[in-house]
Amino acid sequence: MSDIFKVGTYTFHSRLIVGSGKYKDFQTTKDATEASEAEMITVAVRRVNITDPGKENLLDYIDPKKYTILPNTAGCFNAEDAVRTLRLAREAGGWDLVKLEVLGDTETLYPNVVETIKAAETLVAEGFQVMVYTNDDPIVARRLEEVGCVAVMPLGNPIGSGRGLANPFNIRVIKQRANVPIVVDAGIGTASDAAKAMELGVDAALINTAIAEANDECLMATAMRDAVKAGRSAFLAGRMQKRAFANASSPTEGYIWD
Amino acid sequence: MSDSIAIHLNGEERSFSASNLTDLIAELGLEQRMIAIELNLEVVPKSQYGETALKAGDRIELVHMIGGG
Repeated sequence: MSDIFKVGTYTFHSRLIVGSGKYKDFQTTKDATEASEAEMITVAVRRVNITDPGKENLLDYIDPKKYTILPNTAGCFNAEDAVRTLRLAREAGGWDLVKLEVLGDTETLYPNVVETIKAAETLVAEGFQVMVYTNDDPIVARRLEEVGCVAVMPLGNPIGSGRGLANPFNIRVIKQRANVPIVVDAGIGTASDAAKAMELGVDAALINTAIAEANDECLMATAMRDAVKAGRSAFLAGRMQKRAFANASSPTEGYIWD
Repeated sequence: MSDSIAIHLNGEERSFSASNLTDLIAELGLEQRMIAIELNLEVVPKSQYGETALKAGDRIELVHMIGGG
């Protein structure tokens, strides 16, 4: 069955987007990313270390010809810095599909939605295809869609917290009202969280810490791969209705004592 | 060859003998790297590195991609 994930002008078969942060080394990043079978991977934009400019780089291990590179604006706390960062990313690799995140404070890493909307407007006007990290507010999600973002990515819980989905109801409401893909970004801690997110009907899940901080990163990457697939299939299949009481699975007639 | 030029590169004041961005990248050994340059808050397209002269006091950000979520 073909179940294509379309974002802007891009198409993917995998509904798992992975991050490249927090890994112990580049080889593990590469191995876990391959195990995940993800086709899109986020990267951060940072200053080159001028005192040691020649040392090896993430993109020596993650081939931009093989993966869709999704530059992010992690660490940006205002619209101006986010726009500058993504302009640089586009020049570096020619990437126009980007992950916008403008943070509100360092303790929660919750988004600053006012600055996020401002940055999104500028980036859309400059031709970027913006996938935007936001909170689980359906009103803000709709606003970001109206601004022209190609995907809206509500958090499940704070970045790196691994706490699962705080408010599955809101995620479902956001998805039901959206005309662009909805990606759960942040908060997924283990495979069941990813499956539950996908069962809500969202289009994809973006996962980093849960894989990078697992004891066995590659095994967790395959667990997330399978969970995203399982959750997606369960959503498409349509789950049974819940009942208050039992309902026998075996026929209730033809008993030998009748 | 001109004297070295003092610029602000990635937040540090440094001197280079390079007179344009192509030479600066070569001086840093970054020719093969996927990088981008912002000169005084404006991104410089790669095609213009050779013709973009360095001036004393220029503020340059030179970035690359690292792991991130």
